[in-house]
Amino acid sequence: MSTTLIFVVATLSILGVISAVILFFIAQKFKVIEDPRIDMISEILPAANCGGCGYAGCRNFAESIVKNESLDNMFCPVGGNDLLKLIGPIIGKDAVEKDPMIAVLRCNGTLVHAPIKTSYEGISSCFFMHSLHSGDNGCPHGCLGGGDCVLVCTFGAMFMDPETGLPVIVQDKCVACGACVKACPRKIIELRPKGKKDRRIFVSCVNKEKGAIAKKNCEVACIGCGKCVKECKFEAISMENNLAYIHAEKCTLCRKCVAVCPTNAIWEVNFPERKKQSNDAETNEVSGQ
Amino acid sequence: MLLKTFTLGGIHPEENKISSGSPIRPASLPGTVTVPLAQHIGTPAEPVVAKGDKVKVGQLIGKGQAFISANVHSPVSGTILKIDDFMDSSGYRKRAVQITTEGDEWLETIDRSEALREDITLTREEIVARIKEAGIVGMGGATFPTHVKMIVPEGKKAECLIINGVECEPFLTSDHRLMLEKGAEVMVGTRILMTALGVNQGYIGIENNKPDAISLMQGLCNRFPGIEIVPLKVKYPQGGEKQLIKAILNREVPSGKLPIETGCVVQNVGTAVAVYDAVQKNKPLIERVVTVTGKSLKSPCNLLVRIGTPVSLLLEEAGGLPEDACKIINGGPMMGKALGSADIPVIKGMSGLVVMDVRDAKRPRVYHCIRCARCTVACPMGLAPYLIAQMAESHLEAHAEEERVMDCIECGSCSFTCPSGRPLLDNIRIAKSKVGQLMRTRAK
Repeated sequence: MSTTLIFVVATLSILGVISAVILFFIAQKFKVIEDPRIDMISEILPAANCGGCGYAGCRNFAESIVKNESLDNMFCPVGGNDLLKLIGPIIGKDAVEKDPMIAVLRCNGTLVHAPIKTSYEGISSCFFMHSLHSGDNGCPHGCLGGGDCVLVCTFGAMFMDPETGLPVIVQDKCVACGACVKACPRKIIELRPKGKKDRRIFVSCVNKEKGAIAKKNCEVACIGCGKCVKECKFEAISMENNLAYIHAEKCTLCRKCVAVCPTNAIWEVNFPERKKQSNDAETNEVSGQ
Repeated sequence: MLLKTFTLGGIHPEENKISSGSPIRPASLPGTVTVPLAQHIGTPAEPVVAKGDKVKVGQLIGKGQAFISANVHSPVSGTILKIDDFMDSSGYRKRAVQITTEGDEWLETIDRSEALREDITLTREEIVARIKEAGIVGMGGATFPTHVKMIVPEGKKAECLIINGVECEPFLTSDHRLMLEKGAEVMVGTRILMTALGVNQGYIGIENNKPDAISLMQGLCNRFPGIEIVPLKVKYPQGGEKQLIKAILNREVPSGKLPIETGCVVQNVGTAVAVYDAVQKNKPLIERVVTVTGKSLKSPCNLLVRIGTPVSLLLEEAGGLPEDACKIINGGPMMGKALGSADIPVIKGMSGLVVMDVRDAKRPRVYHCIRCARCTVACPMGLAPYLIAQMAESHLEAHAEEERVMDCIECGSCSFTCPSGRPLLDNIRIAKSKVGQLMRTRAK
């Protein structure tokens, strides 16, 4: 009985040792030499696999950095500049600072501003609705409210506001990965620089129709009047196809365009209350008289 | 005798052909017409008139641009008011010519007499040129330019012509009335199309729910040799090209191929009449028969309407919009699309307007798929709609392509039969357009 047991144990042990030796030599022969830096980088990456960098996931991003040995045109929107500063020393290159970006919704056609004319029944997909009709409020450029952008957001930074019928971008959570920009069939969402002190000014409309027609469908549409273009001293605003566009790199955030816009299509975000300024303006006028 | 029909799938929606007894009558002339320059599949026409020009009925106002494009003619006489973007049935604003009506002065070259002209004197090329000149497109609703369809691709041979008098959509009766009232014109139009294709065999497929049209057309057959009337069993979607070929000739169009593969060219009854008008009477496509119907409509009717007439005017002709109206559908209830506004103009492909009340128009509540396979049984193309719809929801376009999503003819049989009220066709359409995008990028 005991000899059988010994025999079995011994056979298995010898078999194990032989296999181990074979495996050792095979492992030596077919060794995959991987740059250890890839692992080091992918460990500090956020592992969100959002694709915001333009690569297929975080690991692929790390591989490309090591392969190219440079950080040019490499940016992880989730980790931002802080993360790139950590990656820099690993491959011995300096990270290029990039302005942090954020997604902005360039449509303010809420249920209040752009009342519903027809009612859509069916699946809630902007892609489908876009191919079907111009929208419940008649604006062929504005938000359809189907929520395709909310669906693709992996950071929980978007939700639909039932009161306005528009998606809301949560500023603290948005990492500017650009998934919503791609998902929107009407190209309403844009990635813009976050701006100094998180302040930014943009035209919250993408309607390219003539003023009268745009205004008919939506109170707060850009009517292409050109007042903002004239008002801006920094040539930061351009007008194309009846639509104003504020170039963020030239904009000094003076807010003059916001004041002159007749339809309130230009939006200011995170600025202090305007009340004091308008008082100043009034007093100036009074003193001028 | 056992009637012919297609074998795969099919459904039997309630027919509701309310307006079949009402003869075609001309609608009153509108004060202004808005004629879209893109009433067909393909490149929009370019305007050849300017603001302030005087035009007569039948005068060319838009010239077809590319190979797949069609001419547009003035449906009224008057002054060009504007060439601008106007809302059309797609819900988007597209380029159109607006004309104010002044009197009703026709071009002198158009033969307005009622007399039937049977003799065909033109050659094949001349006929196709005439069709192209007259801006004729598929009148069944697809609006594919007819002259393009009449040019048989090289290496292929047309053996027969099939005229589609099926009208399988519920509610619509315009083709039915056309056959009853203009049977001889349909026959001559068919002969012209047969001459243009160089074929000796023509079939006119008519569903068995139009016995009066079948007997009338069969009576006319003796005068027009080579044309055979084929009575068909009532089944939706028999009016689909592929289904009709299968029903009449028992031939199947291969997946992803055109009907010409089977040696057939299919044209609508309305197209045949338009071809007759263009070739024999020199009259371009400026008016068409539109069925205005609906359960609660006061007087459902079949109207001969000038292209560009606003839809609201047609509804007035039919006794005004009823109070319980919920949707106005452009086309039949199965494949048509609800209109966003009643101000949009009639276009060449508008076969009917169906006014639906709240009860009929409301979408059913959506439940889970219970795997009953009714959609698979109903699909006339032999697809698995539940599966493709699921793939579309999960963004699996490549898989949907393998499941032959591009073969879908969008007849809506799957959504119609679904006991869970699932929006199958909506999802399939998404998959279809996404796969289409994929294929186009691949082709580049």
